[in-house]
Amino acid sequence: MSISEPERWLEEHGSALYSFAFLHVRDGHRAEDLVQETLLAALKARERFQGNASLRTWLTGILKHKIMDEFRRQSREAPTPDSPEDAWDAAEARRAAENFTDSGRWSQPLTNWGDSEQNFSRDQFWSLIEQCLAALSPRMARLFVLRELWEMETEEVCKEMAITPTNLWTTLHRARLGMRQCLEKNLCA
Amino acid sequence: MLNCKDASRLISEGQDRKLSQREKIGLRLHLWMCDSCRLFEKQVAHLRQALRRGWSGGDLPTDKQLSEEAQERIRKVLKEHSNDDSNSST
Repeated sequence: MSISEPERWLEEHGSALYSFAFLHVRDGHRAEDLVQETLLAALKARERFQGNASLRTWLTGILKHKIMDEFRRQSREAPTPDSPEDAWDAAEARRAAENFTDSGRWSQPLTNWGDSEQNFSRDQFWSLIEQCLAALSPRMARLFVLRELWEMETEEVCKEMAITPTNLWTTLHRARLGMRQCLEKNLCA
Repeated sequence: MLNCKDASRLISEGQDRKLSQREKIGLRLHLWMCDSCRLFEKQVAHLRQALRRGWSGGDLPTDKQLSEEAQERIRKVLKEHSNDDSNSST
């Protein structure tokens, strides 16, 4: 192997890995660290790379493992005094409830999105998703991403994140209400 | 009779678990009468589809650039480790 090979990975795939990491951890420094950890792990395991997968896919796979570790750590972290878990929960519940009137009807009319996403480029789409995810609580965003982006089964998400199915369903319902509202605002602007 | 709040919960949970017969019938009755919840059902499915397909391109995000400083820092670390590697193997 030439010494410059990992450097070429960095040049060719660094920004894509960074974009992917940023979407998940929403912190530039943390995302940079994850790219570094990913490339180091790839360097160590480079003989295990099978040429039949694309290099980008292989590197992204390593990065996903790192992100999963990060998510597990975050979900285990004790809530801090200034952001206790039940305060988050109360805020999440309140925001979800704002979608409905006291009698349980939608408080705002919903619109038909049609094919409005056709007007978006790939990068515009992802930055919109990122913006909408950022408006969710970190915990909601994590669970939403694992379920909707990573296509993990609900049982698996519950196991990995150490939560009950009921808790997951409630959180995903709130997350979908939040994402829907945010997308509608931007798609139909 | 379900209200929209309950119906939206069932629509969402239907993406994550199997609804009971009773829930399904209640939801269907509500959807039959409620345009808004039918739209919500569509939007939820639409969102899932779009995310899973990476919207139209079927690809991962590339909207961010790794800064020059970060690249430089990572390049250095990679170089150090490449050297470690060759030293340890000889």
